[in-house]
Amino acid sequence: MRQIYLKTIVGKKNYGYFCDGQHNLGCLFNSIKEIMGQLVLLGAEAIAQGALDAGMSGIYAYPGTPSTEITEYVQRNKYARDNGIRSSWSANEKTALESALGMSYAGKKSMVCMKHVGLNVAADGFLNSAITGAGGGFIVTVADDPSMHSSQNEQDSRFYADFALLPVFEPSSQQEAYDMVFSAFTLSEKFGIPVMMRITTRLSHSRASITTLSPRSQNALKLPEDPRQFVLLPSIARKRYKMLLGIQNQLITESDKSGYNSFEPGTDHSLGIIACGIACNYVKENFPGGLPYPMLKICQYPAPEELIRKMAVECKTILVLEEGYPLLESKLKGLLNNTNLTIKGRLDGTLPRDGELTPDIVGLALGCKVALGPDIPEFLANRPPSMCKGCGHIDTFLALKEAISEFGGDRTFSDIGCYTLAALPPLDAVNSCVDMGASITMAKGAADAGLIPAVAFIGDSTFTHSGMTGLLDAINEDSPITVIISDNETTGMTGGQTSAAFGKLEGICRGLGVPEEHLKIITPLKKNQEPNVDVISRELKHPGISVIISRRECIQTAIKRKKEEKSRKTEP
Amino acid sequence: MKTDIILAGVGGQGILTIAAVIGFASLHEKLFIKQSEVHGMSQRGGAVQSHLRISSDPVSSDLIPLGRASLILSVEPMEALRYLPYLSKDGWVITSVVPFVNISDYPDMTMIENSIIKIANHILLDAEKVAKECGSPKSSNIVMLGAASGHVDLSFEALRKGVEMVFGRKGQDMVDANLRALDAGKTFSR
Repeated sequence: MRQIYLKTIVGKKNYGYFCDGQHNLGCLFNSIKEIMGQLVLLGAEAIAQGALDAGMSGIYAYPGTPSTEITEYVQRNKYARDNGIRSSWSANEKTALESALGMSYAGKKSMVCMKHVGLNVAADGFLNSAITGAGGGFIVTVADDPSMHSSQNEQDSRFYADFALLPVFEPSSQQEAYDMVFSAFTLSEKFGIPVMMRITTRLSHSRASITTLSPRSQNALKLPEDPRQFVLLPSIARKRYKMLLGIQNQLITESDKSGYNSFEPGTDHSLGIIACGIACNYVKENFPGGLPYPMLKICQYPAPEELIRKMAVECKTILVLEEGYPLLESKLKGLLNNTNLTIKGRLDGTLPRDGELTPDIVGLALGCKVALGPDIPEFLANRPPSMCKGCGHIDTFLALKEAISEFGGDRTFSDIGCYTLAALPPLDAVNSCVDMGASITMAKGAADAGLIPAVAFIGDSTFTHSGMTGLLDAINEDSPITVIISDNETTGMTGGQTSAAFGKLEGICRGLGVPEEHLKIITPLKKNQEPNVDVISRELKHPGISVIISRRECIQTAIKRKKEEKSRKTEP
Repeated sequence: MKTDIILAGVGGQGILTIAAVIGFASLHEKLFIKQSEVHGMSQRGGAVQSHLRISSDPVSSDLIPLGRASLILSVEPMEALRYLPYLSKDGWVITSVVPFVNISDYPDMTMIENSIIKIANHILLDAEKVAKECGSPKSSNIVMLGAASGHVDLSFEALRKGVEMVFGRKGQDMVDANLRALDAGKTFSR
């Protein structure tokens, strides 16, 4: 039977459909509302819509694939704009998380969003917010990237929540992503704690129809009843920590009773399946006629212990399917404390230890046949991403390569942005990419070790995210490094979001103490190659700190801006 | 009814626009869809694909299993080959023959064409030429959708509606240009 998709449009809200600024598809807000009255959203957008409908007052984030679309959706949403929902980009994930916690302190519902490695940056605040607890509903949304489509690792954020002793919602569908925001705010306010929403790339970047719930209102301003709740002096922190420990059993009960965790009985008890998040979809995909084995779907943590024990009673062999690291799998043995059980999953080799799950990987683990199509011809070439034709980063690198050639050796420490692609041919120009801001501090360390001069190559947005403090270290010791801030006046790789550094770089560098005579501005253009090489050469030879700001607008941003300006001119 | 489509191309070639048109058309016909996309780094001139699943019943997986796609619709010939393991036994490969060469080791076009011709069900066309000839030079992607219109299990009328919805906000000229491209592509459909 075909499902009726039509939904009632709530109030005066506008809904985005296939709207994606990144692809210049733009928003079809009004057309879709008027013509179809339907909502088809990316998993990321479903979370954003859920947050708006659940009465969120502010969202805080730094862009990072695959999480960026959540905040972008709120930024272009008319209801959010009309109602003053706070949504500008933050300087980094730490400032974002702390601001969202502040909003929660003041009694309002808030959300902070980041990619998985962003939680490393925000980890201090995150772990300690578990001890302070929350005021208004507080959701930490983290988008993991198993298989590292756009990331430097595939860490599983559920470990952070486990570490912090906080509950997690892990949706298996776009609809659950929407619904769970309501549940997460409710749970957060019921227990007075932060709650994590964890999604992965596949769900974040896949669209489906969703049905919305009746909207809830925003909270009024309300201060904590205990004025010392958020003061983590040791004596208070000890008490708060005991409180957090004290509610753990209740959180497990919440998981056991949760509608998102379900035990589906089966007829064949030779195998039991525990599937977390979107893994349960892959199981169903492989058994279109119905699943013979019992399956426990887990989408809310801490793990529902009663449901897991029920599975262990029914089945002596349990296959654990997790989109990420084997968190539950490794916990199961201890939890069940039963050596007669066989636990299968990523640890025993039933599933690959790394990478995201697919319907085929899950099918193979369940003994299903994979219907492989024709082979890929051997001559097929890889087509890795590359910097755009005419990109200012390229001209900066060409000048740097020429200037640095007299020193030889691999001495350019890079950072995270489009310019990291310079590690690949034809540029082959950088030697590191570790974490946000590491270019400057690694260059400093290498110079301390005697690699002189060392070069740091960092983008404008990455510099204000995490480069400024490292630069201060280098200034304080007058380290013989040359920092090139390749300023394209935007956050380029994630689709051209506003850069917190815009218009502020010279001021920041001067304020931190970069000597005026070693603060240079160049314009990366082919025609400027010769003078730019000169500037870089001279600063490389300077035996102390230098900063060269190489500034030219990102060509993607420039194209978008010119288009917008043109359409503004043509429209009356 | 269940149709699994892999859309293929290079970042910036407009495959997500094709996906949006098919998506709208599917909703118009009251079908379930799931559409997985590539965002982020690969969009910078890298290989991109979208898994588009249309069904009269709810769709479980966001990803199409190997060997199940009934159609690989590509706006670039080499990219059509990258996803062959997803193609079902009697599936179609429909692709433009215009190569997008942004790598130094782009293979010989004859080898690429020979590999595509080996697939029993295929349609090859010069989408750029067709788009130019119908006066919509920027609509190669929609030409390709027209060429595939016989294999997406949606009425042509629904696809036209999809084009109107996706391009409507850009003005009637854009709608007309893309409808011309859709019609021109359809003449290659079989």
